[in-house]
Amino acid sequence: MITKSKKIIDKIAFGLLSPEKIRKMSATRIITPDTYDEDGFPIEMGLMDPRLGVIEPGLRCKTCGQKVKECPGHFGHIELAMPVIHVGFAKTIYNVLKATCRGCGKLLLPEEEIIKLREDYKKVVKRGNSTAAFAKEVIKKTSKVTKCPYCGREVLPVELDKPTTYREGGRKLTPAEVREWLEKVSDALGDDLRLLDINPEVAHPEWMVLTVLPVPPVTTRPSITLETGERSEDDLTHKLVDIIRINQRLQENRDAGAPQLIVEDLWELLQYHVTTYFDNQTSGIPPARHRSGRALKTLAQRLKGKEGRFRSNLSGKRVNFSARTVISPDPNISINEVGIPIAIAKELTVPIKVTPYNIEEMKELVKRGPEPEPLEGTIYLPGVNYVIRPDGRRIRVTSENAETVAERLEVGSIIERQLDDGDIVLFNRQPSLHRMSMMAHKAKILPYKTFRLNLAVCPPYNADFDGDEMNLHVLQSEEARAEAEILMKVQEHILSPRFGGAIIGAIHDHITGCFLLTYGNKVFSKEEALYILSATGYTGKIKEKMTGKEIFSKILPEDLNLEYKAKLCNSTEEECRKNDAYVVIKNGKLLEGAIDEASIGAFKGKIIEYIMRKDGSKAARKFIDKVTKLGIASITLIGFTTGIDDEDIPEEAQMQIKGVLENAKKKIQDLIRAYREGELEQIPGRSLEETLEMEIMRVTGKARDQTGEIASRHLGLDNSAVIMARSGARGSMLNLSQMAGAVGQQAVRGERIHRGYHGRTLPHFKKGDLGAEAKGFVSSSYKSGLTPTEYFFHSMGGREGLVDTAVRTSRSGYMQRRLINALENVRLEEDGSVRETTGKVVQFHYGEDGIDPTKSIRGKAVDPELILKEVTNE
Amino acid sequence: MKFDILKHTLVPHHEILSGEDVEKLLKTYKIKKEDLPQMLVTDPVAKAIGAKDGDIVKIVRKSPTAGTSISYRLVVKKEII
Repeated sequence: MITKSKKIIDKIAFGLLSPEKIRKMSATRIITPDTYDEDGFPIEMGLMDPRLGVIEPGLRCKTCGQKVKECPGHFGHIELAMPVIHVGFAKTIYNVLKATCRGCGKLLLPEEEIIKLREDYKKVVKRGNSTAAFAKEVIKKTSKVTKCPYCGREVLPVELDKPTTYREGGRKLTPAEVREWLEKVSDALGDDLRLLDINPEVAHPEWMVLTVLPVPPVTTRPSITLETGERSEDDLTHKLVDIIRINQRLQENRDAGAPQLIVEDLWELLQYHVTTYFDNQTSGIPPARHRSGRALKTLAQRLKGKEGRFRSNLSGKRVNFSARTVISPDPNISINEVGIPIAIAKELTVPIKVTPYNIEEMKELVKRGPEPEPLEGTIYLPGVNYVIRPDGRRIRVTSENAETVAERLEVGSIIERQLDDGDIVLFNRQPSLHRMSMMAHKAKILPYKTFRLNLAVCPPYNADFDGDEMNLHVLQSEEARAEAEILMKVQEHILSPRFGGAIIGAIHDHITGCFLLTYGNKVFSKEEALYILSATGYTGKIKEKMTGKEIFSKILPEDLNLEYKAKLCNSTEEECRKNDAYVVIKNGKLLEGAIDEASIGAFKGKIIEYIMRKDGSKAARKFIDKVTKLGIASITLIGFTTGIDDEDIPEEAQMQIKGVLENAKKKIQDLIRAYREGELEQIPGRSLEETLEMEIMRVTGKARDQTGEIASRHLGLDNSAVIMARSGARGSMLNLSQMAGAVGQQAVRGERIHRGYHGRTLPHFKKGDLGAEAKGFVSSSYKSGLTPTEYFFHSMGGREGLVDTAVRTSRSGYMQRRLINALENVRLEEDGSVRETTGKVVQFHYGEDGIDPTKSIRGKAVDPELILKEVTNE
Repeated sequence: MKFDILKHTLVPHHEILSGEDVEKLLKTYKIKKEDLPQMLVTDPVAKAIGAKDGDIVKIVRKSPTAGTSISYRLVVKKEII
């Protein structure tokens, strides 16, 4: 149960601990570097002193008398033999030293200027502007002063030798001298310290030089006992041991009157240890290492970065009621559903409050226990894992005690019921780059061990099934469930705010299937039509003979009117009408055109978009569910296969391709000859070499296109690979022409391949050869196979692509992080303006036009053409 | 001859808001003057239209999506302090 805090935080103030404060809050002074004695008991006044708190269960704290979880731990302290600089404040100390006089500690500015600055400071505070920026200006002003206006002492330049050494006029200052100086500043400046952005109420400059070091409680640095019984100490403890050891030696040497040199060496060593204790990644000094060579994780490392306290434990939290497993496809469930393995459903629970109205029902539920026997003909029955009684006690329900717990169930208890069909859950795939990466689904408990999801929701999650894993969260409150259902359900995210079009839609085989069904005027028998339509749950009449278009029309809403170019279309409207590439839907009947990616595909699907806008999310969801099933039924019935022989082209075509390539190579030779003889005409703004390269790239590009064109002339819509490419299901015509025709020019950094040996790319070529083959032109096709040199060049180009993606993802990830951190407190207000949390206006009218991109039509507020058509048709 | 920057194609229409309009603006958005976006007195356009510290300038822009869009700027003096 959550225990309520007795104290309420009103405000937090940041300041420095004074040496007195450190001593006062200390439970004990630490003098020995040893932790435990031979018997395994902590040594008094050692780093594991029992007064610093308890870490062993059963024991009581010697300071506060509380038990393990109650005692927060207590600080100790180390008296440093000599003062040392605190690295975290090295810069601040430097600024104070620069701005003040060493002789009298006063600010290096004349009286009247200081009076003015005091007034200015008040203004800055009143305006809420940055006092840090103000202090910077003050320090800048003092840098021009060469003589102290008060005591007349000459101002020597102060330098900071990073990380912690200060010099005045070239002479090294010891931390003790620095501290002395800062003490003077503290006394002389008083309230004027505010001008240097230091609040004298909570921080004195001399406290930035440590004389006493606080020792954090043992609870902050617990030691672990290994299986062998050996104790392993925390990194912080190790560091503190180092500090105490050196501190002791320093003290002994100093007291014994050792030579100045030795004392100074030890002093510097102490400075090193204290510095690394705070931050083990301070630039300019080697990080302190463990015996194994691993760098120690000290205070700054605990907080900093992705794995640090802030990003990993405060901004991010681990949660209960969640699950993660591999995903796999299930075309039979709705896009709104997610298949959950029985094993996971038995672990995840939903809390239900027991009321006078449901108590009998709940008793029955509890009686089932945690492992109920499924009913006849079902595979799963939810049980109950826990009962939380009104007093907050949590009782684990077992098969043994289920009966008694059920009988004793009272109103006000909460039972934790196992997941059941229809429960609302959140489903998520990382990286969560947009809001569709986390959507609400309805649970459907299924056998086996993977999460099942409908293929149409792969695009928003960017998921595939090559081993992807996804996370699932069970909502624990009624409000959360209601909110998720209204705002986060999959069907509410069919349209993407990214481009105002459908992001959920048919993919791959769905598109091929619908295309095969609707292209041309295929006629299906009654049995065939029945097979296809029954998959969609159609219950209406079926004619003796049906065309594919008629079958498809059965899943369209009856009042649908649309006209657009299909994906298949690659020319004018008139041309496309002839080729069945112009879609006409009238009153829910598909009259003309084949259904392909442009109609139902994710990212492009016009019909989905239109239904979503017109009839809402429920209708759109139903349509997607039906169209995917229709597509699969069609492709199953018609049959579909592809293989490398899809790229077989007749011999004459191969000869033609060969001719084109020969021709291109000859053209390149001609260009090179022209270049050598100085006849090449230079393109303005380019050197002669660049001109040649550009011309050659143009020729090679053209050659590849031509080969592709020849190949595609012999590959028609009776070819499976072409069907996939033209309907937008998978692959492109470019992919096909690379398989059948020629792969084409390989490029690195947008240029022909030119790196490698002196004057040539590979030892296979002559030096200075500028020809096609020597510079990475692949005239073979993937099908015929590449020559060794071609293969090498192809690998070069391929590698560049891989490197690019790797670099791009990490860079864009970092950019997104910064963007989100910057934009997290900007929001849209009810009046349509965009504001910061402070109330400052960012935009007066969201995006100038106030349009929600999700509800826009591909970014536009209205589609005038569509309206025109709707009006004139009717 | 000095070029009139207000006539440049990339400079949108600026005008200083009257006291009455300022009241109305602050009332419609329920904001204080300080909550508005700011522009400097030293801004070339501010100089050209003679805007002073504390004035509110109305900017009317052509927008490809909304036709015209209106925004406002509070004129401020540049002060680090």
